[in-house]
Amino acid sequence: MIDRLEASLNFHQQALGLRQERQKVLASNIANADTPGYKARDMDFASELQKAVKQGGDSSGLALSRTSARHIEGQGLPGPSRDLLYRVPDQPSLDGNTVDMDRERTQFADNSVRYQSALTILNSRIQGLKKAMQPE
Amino acid sequence: MSMFSIFDISGSAMSAQSQRMNVTASNLANADSVSGPDGEAYRAKQVMFETRAQSRDGIGGVGVREVVEDPSPMRMEYRPGHPLADEEGYVTMPNVDPVGEMVNMISASRSYQANVEVMNTNKQLMLKTLTLGEG
Repeated sequence: MIDRLEASLNFHQQALGLRQERQKVLASNIANADTPGYKARDMDFASELQKAVKQGGDSSGLALSRTSARHIEGQGLPGPSRDLLYRVPDQPSLDGNTVDMDRERTQFADNSVRYQSALTILNSRIQGLKKAMQPE
Repeated sequence: MSMFSIFDISGSAMSAQSQRMNVTASNLANADSVSGPDGEAYRAKQVMFETRAQSRDGIGGVGVREVVEDPSPMRMEYRPGHPLADEEGYVTMPNVDPVGEMVNMISASRSYQANVEVMNTNKQLMLKTLTLGEG
């Protein structure tokens, strides 16, 4: 029963985590807009999300070492291994920096709105489950 | 908690850009300083940015590696009556390029604003995340 609950929240949890990680990558791009030689990064969100949902299901994380048979088995979350891609610049600058501020700002705003929508969906899912658990 | 690290990233960019603004202010203020503490005319200074990566994939904030002196030649001005003029009547003036410095200033302030906006957006998202599951 409890794992059903987790499964119903898992997808949006993964999406939220990935959105937040993409937010960090975009923030780094914006921060390094004037750094010579910096290459702008981004991720292919759809394929990363597919990978994250698939990985989130199985338990290939770090295992706790048990020195007694009475210890409770524990599994950590698998570490994030994201494939970050490089942006292809349309107007490369002389100092080797490939950050296009307009594009980064657009993507950042887009990502924030999608983060909020994932949050809203997750919230209403929780509300729905809570309502279903009420006695009357 | 990697959401807090966005604050580090944007914060480092903000302090780097404000340092750049500081250097620009110093250059503009000293555009006509013919003599400094060492007796020489002021030399324009520029900041050099570098990425301060937080992880292996090169994502991270930005920092100022060093403040370098502009190697361009000093401006020679013909002012025979000036007390610091050489025997031919030329005074060594700073090599500050006021137009370039104004451009630098605008660029630094725009980048600073962009990072402030990133920080604000992120703060809102974090506060919203904290209310997850509430009524």
